[in-house]
Amino acid sequence: MKFDTPAGTNPIDQLKVVGKPTDRIDGPLKTTGTAPYAYERHDVASGQAYGYVIGAGIAKGRIRAIDLAEAKAAPGVLAIVTADNAGKLGKGRMNTAKLLGGPDIDHYHQAIAVVVAETFEQARAAAALVRVDYARAKGRFDLDAALKAAPLKGDSSGEGSSAPPIDRVGDFDAAFAAAPVKLDARYTTPDQSHMMMEPHASIAAWNGDELTLWTSNQMIAWGRGDVARTLGIPKEKVRLISPYIGGGFGGKLFVRADAIMAALGAKAAGRPVKVALTRPLMANNTTHRPATTQRIRLGCSRDGRITAIAHESGSGDLPGGGPETAVSQTKLLYAGANRLTAMRLAVLDLPEGNAMRAPGEAPGMMALEIAMDEMAEKLGIDPVEFRILNDTQVDPAKPERRFSQRQLVECLRLGATRFGWDARNPKPAQVRDGRWLVGMGVAAGFRNNLLMKSAARVGIDAKGMVTVATDMTDIGTGTYTIIAQTAAETMGVPLDRVIVLLGDSSFPESAGSGGQWGANNSTAGVYAACMKLRDSVAQRLGFNSADVTFAGGKVMSGNRSVPLAEAAGPAGLSAEDAIEYGDLDKRYQQSTFAGHFVEVGVDAWTGEVRVRRMLAVCAAGRILNPKAARSQVIGAMTMGVGAALMEELAVDKRFGFFVNHDLASYEVPVHADIPHQDVIFLDEVDPISSPMKAKGVGELGLCGVGGAIANSIYNATGVRVRDYPITLDKHLQFLPSVA
Amino acid sequence: MDDREQSAISRRGVLVGGAATVAVTATPAADAQGVRPAPQPVTMPLTLEVNGKRRTIEVDTRTTLLDALREKLELTGTKKGCDHGQCGACTVLVDGKRINSCLTLAVMHQGDKVTTIEGLGTPDKLHPMQAAFVRHDGYQCGYCTPGQICSAVAVLGEIKAGVPSHVTADLTARPGPTNDEMRERMSGNICRCGAYSNILEAMADVAGVKA
Amino acid sequence: MRPFTYERATKPADAAAAAVRNPGAKFIAGGTNLLDLMKLEIEVPRHLIDVNGLGLDTIQPTAEGGLRIGALVTNTDLAADQRVRRDYGVLSRAIVAGASGQLRNKATTAGNLLQRTRCPYFYDTNQACNKRRPGSGCAAIGGYSRQLAVIGSSSACIATYPGDMAVAMRALDAAVETVAPNGAVRTIPIADFHRLPGDTPHIETALAPGELIIAVTLPRPLGGTHVYRKVRDRASYAFALVSVAAVIQRDGSGRVAVGGIAHKPWRVEAAERRLAEGSKVVAATLLAGAKPTQDNAFKVPLVERTLAAALHDARNMA
Repeated sequence: MKFDTPAGTNPIDQLKVVGKPTDRIDGPLKTTGTAPYAYERHDVASGQAYGYVIGAGIAKGRIRAIDLAEAKAAPGVLAIVTADNAGKLGKGRMNTAKLLGGPDIDHYHQAIAVVVAETFEQARAAAALVRVDYARAKGRFDLDAALKAAPLKGDSSGEGSSAPPIDRVGDFDAAFAAAPVKLDARYTTPDQSHMMMEPHASIAAWNGDELTLWTSNQMIAWGRGDVARTLGIPKEKVRLISPYIGGGFGGKLFVRADAIMAALGAKAAGRPVKVALTRPLMANNTTHRPATTQRIRLGCSRDGRITAIAHESGSGDLPGGGPETAVSQTKLLYAGANRLTAMRLAVLDLPEGNAMRAPGEAPGMMALEIAMDEMAEKLGIDPVEFRILNDTQVDPAKPERRFSQRQLVECLRLGATRFGWDARNPKPAQVRDGRWLVGMGVAAGFRNNLLMKSAARVGIDAKGMVTVATDMTDIGTGTYTIIAQTAAETMGVPLDRVIVLLGDSSFPESAGSGGQWGANNSTAGVYAACMKLRDSVAQRLGFNSADVTFAGGKVMSGNRSVPLAEAAGPAGLSAEDAIEYGDLDKRYQQSTFAGHFVEVGVDAWTGEVRVRRMLAVCAAGRILNPKAARSQVIGAMTMGVGAALMEELAVDKRFGFFVNHDLASYEVPVHADIPHQDVIFLDEVDPISSPMKAKGVGELGLCGVGGAIANSIYNATGVRVRDYPITLDKHLQFLPSVA
Repeated sequence: MDDREQSAISRRGVLVGGAATVAVTATPAADAQGVRPAPQPVTMPLTLEVNGKRRTIEVDTRTTLLDALREKLELTGTKKGCDHGQCGACTVLVDGKRINSCLTLAVMHQGDKVTTIEGLGTPDKLHPMQAAFVRHDGYQCGYCTPGQICSAVAVLGEIKAGVPSHVTADLTARPGPTNDEMRERMSGNICRCGAYSNILEAMADVAGVKA
Repeated sequence: MRPFTYERATKPADAAAAAVRNPGAKFIAGGTNLLDLMKLEIEVPRHLIDVNGLGLDTIQPTAEGGLRIGALVTNTDLAADQRVRRDYGVLSRAIVAGASGQLRNKATTAGNLLQRTRCPYFYDTNQACNKRRPGSGCAAIGGYSRQLAVIGSSSACIATYPGDMAVAMRALDAAVETVAPNGAVRTIPIADFHRLPGDTPHIETALAPGELIIAVTLPRPLGGTHVYRKVRDRASYAFALVSVAAVIQRDGSGRVAVGGIAHKPWRVEAAERRLAEGSKVVAATLLAGAKPTQDNAFKVPLVERTLAAALHDARNMA
């Protein structure tokens, strides 16, 4: 199905199933521990041995020698694979560093060997007997130092966020110089780790030259291609199966060492092999969100209109890597005739930087939305009003290009009302509640909507059960449920008559899960396949497909009504189709918007920050399942709390690694950090986005939260912290003295 | 600290940092108290009562209760998130008390009664806490969920039993199932998807209070 | 983790004797720290002696009017004990401020005293660490040291003792009762139990090889108001940046011990004598000679402010 004109009325608009806050259909499996994740497939590939991955002990240099003798002789050991005996390996298109290091080491904890043994305990013990002699080389580990000579670099995150090396609209320098009210400030965001709860894990089994991987991967088709490319085999010989994924957040967009080392280990051992990365290995072995240093300049008229806006960002990555596209949203979020964005990329020898939930916007908004707060204060304008004043309904660089839907103003206004914003004291450090200094903050939320081709196959069997198969993944997003809702709505059956099969590369290729594009595109692909199936059904019954109704498990036309099961016939019927897009995303800017509101308490003695209230008001097209969508948003808000208050991979600039590489030392929010969270979705349909008229929310919910928290802390304390995370040490010395 | 000591620190720091070459093993060969490993694994018979069923297995002494459940008994509902007691995904109930099954050896549980998520309920017959998690969408990716549910069941029991927590205002009074109490007590179960707010509502529902 | 043999001991003296008989033996009770470290081969016992069957899991009144806490009493049971809650509130408070419910259900009184540092360089076996491998150097010095010690450290080690329970025990002047392999019982004041790193950071306590903790005794109740104030980045399930255990009397006198800043719970009696002069003076006395790193210099003012918070809380609660 080609989608190249705005959607008219279609079967989804019935909203009998779609748009309802349905419980997840995978809920009973997940809550009883019966949903099988990658490492847990005792039901497949008998004789699984255990692989244990060894990570490099240095960040940069070379392996001079590996002594495997003792490890090979250890009890239960079946095989050890290193770069010496792995054979020639390629590199995945999505990988910056190779997944098996040696003799050259590209980053700390890069995999250098997998030890395969009969049991996990034996593999782990033998891994400790592998002796490695390294020649350490000098590496580049200091972002600030490396940025001094870093070149301009444009790029796309691949997730809807992009910017050229430098982008000018109007004359920023002149306008900034002439602006009566100016802000020029620097902000930093740290390296962050996805820290999804399920470690990267795979079971590999070879059948001749065919490889099956039960793995945990967000993007099945990318993964299949990159496994094939890395192993140097045709992709037709690779099958990926990933029905349940224990969190990804971008960390499982790509093939990682677990999959490749399991495949290599299985080949060497002549048996299926299962591998999970250990938690202490994950932060340095896999990818992370790169740190940024950002400079924002705002020039305003005295009445609060932005006349000049510049956002520059610097980040680092391994050779061949890309920049964190933190300036992207600044091209679109606020009005202003004179604009500048620029990005610099330094080469670093730290682990690979790559996408983490809302790459670009997440750190970019953390900076931009503090800057907006600072400017509002300089102007003496309420920060909600300042944002509303500078709203734009068009792409500021191309005024002829409108947003398909843009309700940022509505989000902010409704949020302000619901949150009780008028109770906020604009003067900071005025409100006290016992031991707590209390403050409120606001930020805009912004994230683009991406259109990606997505295919599915839908069948009806002789019992009238509808089965959807697509290689789409559910990483906690609720995909199973919204796909079932889409098929139920379109085929006119109750939800419990739909079976959804996901995450298998033998199914039609979907958009996959990333960049908050999954919900809209994958359901649109299912809708396309359903519409094709409806045509087949109508044709089979000799109905004119233009006036056929699918409802109540029946197909109806005129005065004829046939049960779906009967219509499908004993052999059943099946159809496959994809949603493919025209140029609507070129003609319109498609984005999602939010207003984030936060109240914090800052301990007047110790400076500890605790979030007291949170509200997000989101405008993101049709909400396919308000229950699951709300969960996406509260989860993102929670990640925003982590980013604002505690998350930071600490860089050892001497040895070149992230020091706090486990879940005790890399702190993420716990229950006690998160208050009740409120989410409101504005009533919106976006016929420009797809036949579903939906957009994404999973990243929108994160973009802006950090800024809102930072601004609420400032409102509480009067101390402006521009370096994330805002830990107590950064404002302690400026808090009022205590007796 | 005098200047001499200060320079000793930096000397050692530089010595480590500035070494042009360095030999490291994947993990060090022998620490201070270390000795050569016994060549062969040691195994022992073990009988447990898991979800009401008596199970006898032969286990490596090194096998954690978590790995015994997941790999030996193929009860994979209990999850391995960190294997170091830092996340709570492996929470099970042993003799009625919640523990991290990753930080206890299987051989230390001879004769113990273990309840895992599979023992609380099944997809067709959910435990009230499991049903409440579904109703309140108290999960997303589902990986921490079994641990959250085992903990949630135990937490309501701990509150009832009067065990104090960090947020209990009066140590000599009995705590109640308030939001603050439940949040604090659930903090050993990390949910990176961030379902906390909904998990709390599920627990409040089961506890019969308003979240 | 290397293979090890395993036995279940039934008598304390037998357990201690078994530890001497088996080279490379370790006691295991809760195991929550030992197993964590064994998985990383930071601890590499050849033999484990499971002491859970020793019957040391009761809390008994002492003739002196205090309490004798069996070595195997879990953190949960100790914190929940009505006598502890009533008379030694600072101890209950400290325990429930640490770890998680699951960990406290397993962690024992003796094991908690013996938990090892959370220094990230100690935990990463690729890094130099004098505690893990004597003589290898200290990668933490000049490295990421936000959590690490500001006082009592040495040129060989800047690690901290990470626990909470022992900080309260230090304020209460608890004593550690042990049995040696030869059956000899002795009592070690908590003040002498944990050592400063000096040149031997791998030796962390006063225990001799094979010596087994059998109990911790608390002197008769001090009265006063009990406060444990723990400061951390997230609200729970995190180690302290700084913690203060305080027992404050109506006349303003009292005791304070500080956690998160040294290789042992930090208490300076001379500082307590100046409580009436306020937190600034007390903190200055407590931290005389402190040598923070750039990363953890904030702990110096944080100690003062946390102390002020604890004293404020004590006044409010009294």
